[in-house]
Amino acid sequence: MARVHYREIAGASGGFYALLGALGALILAGLGAAWYMEHHGHYVTGMSNRIVWGTPHVFAVFLIVAASGVLNVASIASVFGRDLYQPLARLSGLLAVTLLAGGLAVLVLDLGRPDRIIVAMTHYNFKSIFAWNIFLYTGFFAVVALYLWTLFERRMDGYSKRAGLLAFLWRLVLTTGTGSIFGFLVAREPYNSALLAPLFIVMSFSFGLAVFVLVLMAACRGSGRALGDVVLDRLRNLLGVFVAAVLYFVVVYHLTNLYIARQHEVERFILLDGGIYTALFWAGQVLVGGIIPLVLLFAPGASRSRGALCAAAACVIAGGLAQVYVLIIGGQAYPQLMFPEKEVASSFFDGVVAAYAPSLPEVALGVGGTALALALTAVALKVLPFLPQSLADGDVDSAAA
Amino acid sequence: MMRFAVAVLTVVLTVAGFADAGEKQIRRVAVPVVKIEKGEACVAPTVEMRRDHMNMLLHQRDRTLRQGIRESRFSLKNCVDCHASRETGSVLGKDGFCSSCHAYASVSLDCFECHTPLRQARAASVPR
Amino acid sequence: MSPDRRQFLGWGAAAAAGTVFAPVIKLIELAQARSPQEAASALQRWGLLIDITKCTDCDVCVTACHDENGVTGHGRPGTDAQWIRKVSLRDKRTGYAQTLPLMCQHCEHPPCVDVCPTGASFKRDDGIVLVDKHTCIGCRYCVLACPYGARSFIHETVSGQKSDVPRGKGTVESCTLCVHRVDRGETPACVEACNRDGGKAMVFGDLNDPSAEIHRRLRSEPSTQVRADLALNTGVRYQGL
Repeated sequence: MARVHYREIAGASGGFYALLGALGALILAGLGAAWYMEHHGHYVTGMSNRIVWGTPHVFAVFLIVAASGVLNVASIASVFGRDLYQPLARLSGLLAVTLLAGGLAVLVLDLGRPDRIIVAMTHYNFKSIFAWNIFLYTGFFAVVALYLWTLFERRMDGYSKRAGLLAFLWRLVLTTGTGSIFGFLVAREPYNSALLAPLFIVMSFSFGLAVFVLVLMAACRGSGRALGDVVLDRLRNLLGVFVAAVLYFVVVYHLTNLYIARQHEVERFILLDGGIYTALFWAGQVLVGGIIPLVLLFAPGASRSRGALCAAAACVIAGGLAQVYVLIIGGQAYPQLMFPEKEVASSFFDGVVAAYAPSLPEVALGVGGTALALALTAVALKVLPFLPQSLADGDVDSAAA
Repeated sequence: MMRFAVAVLTVVLTVAGFADAGEKQIRRVAVPVVKIEKGEACVAPTVEMRRDHMNMLLHQRDRTLRQGIRESRFSLKNCVDCHASRETGSVLGKDGFCSSCHAYASVSLDCFECHTPLRQARAASVPR
Repeated sequence: MSPDRRQFLGWGAAAAAGTVFAPVIKLIELAQARSPQEAASALQRWGLLIDITKCTDCDVCVTACHDENGVTGHGRPGTDAQWIRKVSLRDKRTGYAQTLPLMCQHCEHPPCVDVCPTGASFKRDDGIVLVDKHTCIGCRYCVLACPYGARSFIHETVSGQKSDVPRGKGTVESCTLCVHRVDRGETPACVEACNRDGGKAMVFGDLNDPSAEIHRRLRSEPSTQVRADLALNTGVRYQGL
């Protein structure tokens, strides 16, 4: 098997610094937004006592889910032994770490008391899935760092399979935990479901791979590296399979709900008369996030086109954000059913769909976290040899199984 | 090389020593103003209070909140009632009993994010 | 002077007797109300019984609670904290209308306690569910988890707090069953106001004490929990729902 040569991005073009500058500006805006929210209190945001998790959480959950999913490429190489993916494993591990860092930054900065993060890391209630998640997230950094080390350090090569397996299992537990944050909520009709954990797993496959494809293509383009069709075709097919899997779980979830009389109201809300949430569900999640990517990836004419792959990945990401938005914010907007068969009204907005509009500080914080993830990735690619020198067909084929 | 290092060190320490030696006129941070306006003694000796008041607060707050043990002598309310400034009625602000030392020592004071720093209007209790 | 054998046996007997009788003495003590210097005990369980047939358009409970606990509004109904609220119900089929006060239900198995990552949301031994603001990081997960929407997040800087009721920006809060009053042997402010100025719909007491009015009424009259299907065993019970 030919040895793959990895190299960091050589030179420092104007474009690279411009990219870092732009990302840096977004990061600063995010930090400014976090300070503004913390200093004045959350009343300056669009969040309220009915919608306590808003746009920052949409971004954070998306980034965290994508982070665990992006490690898939490395897992396919190390755990499932597909040598074709081996050259991509380092980038996959890097993105896992940076996306998670971005997501956690947003989550922590949005806390009501972000100065108490030390308290959060020293006081644990182990009945809380959230507490478990804190362990799983911090542990994920360590496990992926260990795995990356086995990939970088030639002497540790023999251990990379075991480290990869550990990382793979860890991220499955982590994503299950993230889905269970919502799945364990007993009293909310849109959430209370065991299906949410596996749904999050397949979402992570789909979102993670979409991000990976875009970053890979951008990094190779930007650094002048060859990227052959063999690699891209594999990724194209994989992405299509994952998008289809997400659609499957969404269908099962809603079909089951439609069968249960008690859930009819919430289904009507999401599928029919929920206003923005219905629009985001059908147009965003299903159409842009599901059907259009499938067409772009598998239609006979489009399937050889890199532009189509790019567009499909971008659509998956946009659809994914819509999906998380409907889940988190739509799920909170829908009123809790405390009194069956009664119309409910109160000064605390019981019984009505709660109003919410994303505010600028929230969006700035979420975008800032994304920019942080991308900036960390860009810097890491520059400093350490994460990218193979070439992913051209000839070079990769000899490494393929 | 060694002699040069010793010389530099001597100069630096001397300057630092002079800067520290003066009282209020050279310091850039106001020395804490501790005004005891009420009562003969605190609930514990001054030396102990200076050193351990944080540990006492941390311990007592859990006893009160989690276990429901309310000893009025050791309650934060009682501390504030006694130590609040006569003019402002508060333990914070200019020359505030708590904020004065905390600003000097540069230790952030979290208690009064939630607890009121103001003495209550009713007759304050004397430490028993 | 060292004790002789007889003295020593005497002390031993006294110690043994004390160990045997201590629980009984504790029970008797509790029947006479817990002194503030004692810890809350699991032998007591505080609860509320609200007969909503006596509940009209009045909201003295809400005003009294927010007065007692220093909960002020800022003209922002979406983000202003509410510890208790009047909820209006109207049957979809029959049109029958009712109102009831809704606050933290002080469940025996509180979902908010289960989900809190730092353990700040906790249940005291005597059944009162509280938020430890010292440990609360303001993640708002408990606000999501509460089936009754009882929790509020403080969205702005707070000043002018009542000395018995600390409240601060960035933490979560809810009805404390006026724990500062209960520990003094008084009743919650809402109950006192209802009995003084309202419909006399609310009863407060120790659910475990057979001689308490609330215990006797729960035993002899029908009552329900809101969302009884969740099996949370709430401390607040309603009649007339």
